[in-house]
Amino acid sequence: MMPDLGAYRVEVLSAYAGTLLLLAVLVAASIWKARRTLRQLRDAEARRENVK
Amino acid sequence: MSIWEYANPRKFMALSGAVLPWVSAAAAIVLVGGLIWGFFFTPDDFRQGSTVKIIYLHVPAAIMATSVWFMMLVTSLIWLIRRHHVSALAAKAAAPVGMVFTLIGLFTGAVWGQPMWGSWWEWDPRLTAFLILFLFYLGYIALWEAVENPDAAADLTSVLCLVGTVFAVISRYAILFWNQGLHQGASLSMDAEENVADVFAYPLWTSIGGFFLLFLALVLYRTRTEIRARRLQALVQRERMA
Repeated sequence: MMPDLGAYRVEVLSAYAGTLLLLAVLVAASIWKARRTLRQLRDAEARRENVK
Repeated sequence: MSIWEYANPRKFMALSGAVLPWVSAAAAIVLVGGLIWGFFFTPDDFRQGSTVKIIYLHVPAAIMATSVWFMMLVTSLIWLIRRHHVSALAAKAAAPVGMVFTLIGLFTGAVWGQPMWGSWWEWDPRLTAFLILFLFYLGYIALWEAVENPDAAADLTSVLCLVGTVFAVISRYAILFWNQGLHQGASLSMDAEENVADVFAYPLWTSIGGFFLLFLALVLYRTRTEIRARRLQALVQRERMA
């Protein structure tokens, strides 16, 4: 299944691995920040309701 | 009905919440499909060998790197002219995505350039402008973090975006401005002589579509986060003042 990359095996595989790693970090960081912000917002809104 | 209605954070959150799952699913399918097609089911180039498979990463990332900056330019101008907060937050949300695309373009370009040019890097007009664009992305993100007042940060980053647009334009069109440097001309062109062969072009267009949809999904998702962060900031300030 794996194509024969010949003499450029390292270059091609490292390009794909590096790109997928960078995209994975970007997506993971976006999800992590979104979840943290949503949790903090819910806590702040709950505190506000309790004060009322 | 006007597009400006979506400058209202509530309307933006409602619309983006509805479309985000569909855009995310489409991004995953098209991006993975395009990369699998390009990596596994395309032949080697007669001159570049298997390194041609890097085109499915390098070209979409480079196109999106400059396109994201142009999107930030439009949203920054909307902020400066019409003062819509969602617009400024969309630009802020897009910057890290554009920075990563630029980094991917630089990295894959270096990895591709070494076996083809015999060099990881050349101070070629297009490459240099692209590196400066990457530095502008870093500066833009740092400026947002450095200025505490969000409106002042939006003003300053919008001006920085206007300045950086010069390098976004140069990095995309350098090949037309200067007839020098190692970087080749456009891979995709209306000119049949210049355009890559169909066997490479179809998966390449699919990968470009995948990168675009990934950007769209991420910018919607991250803008929603920025809107929530702004609301959180307002609530915390009210708590402190109470």
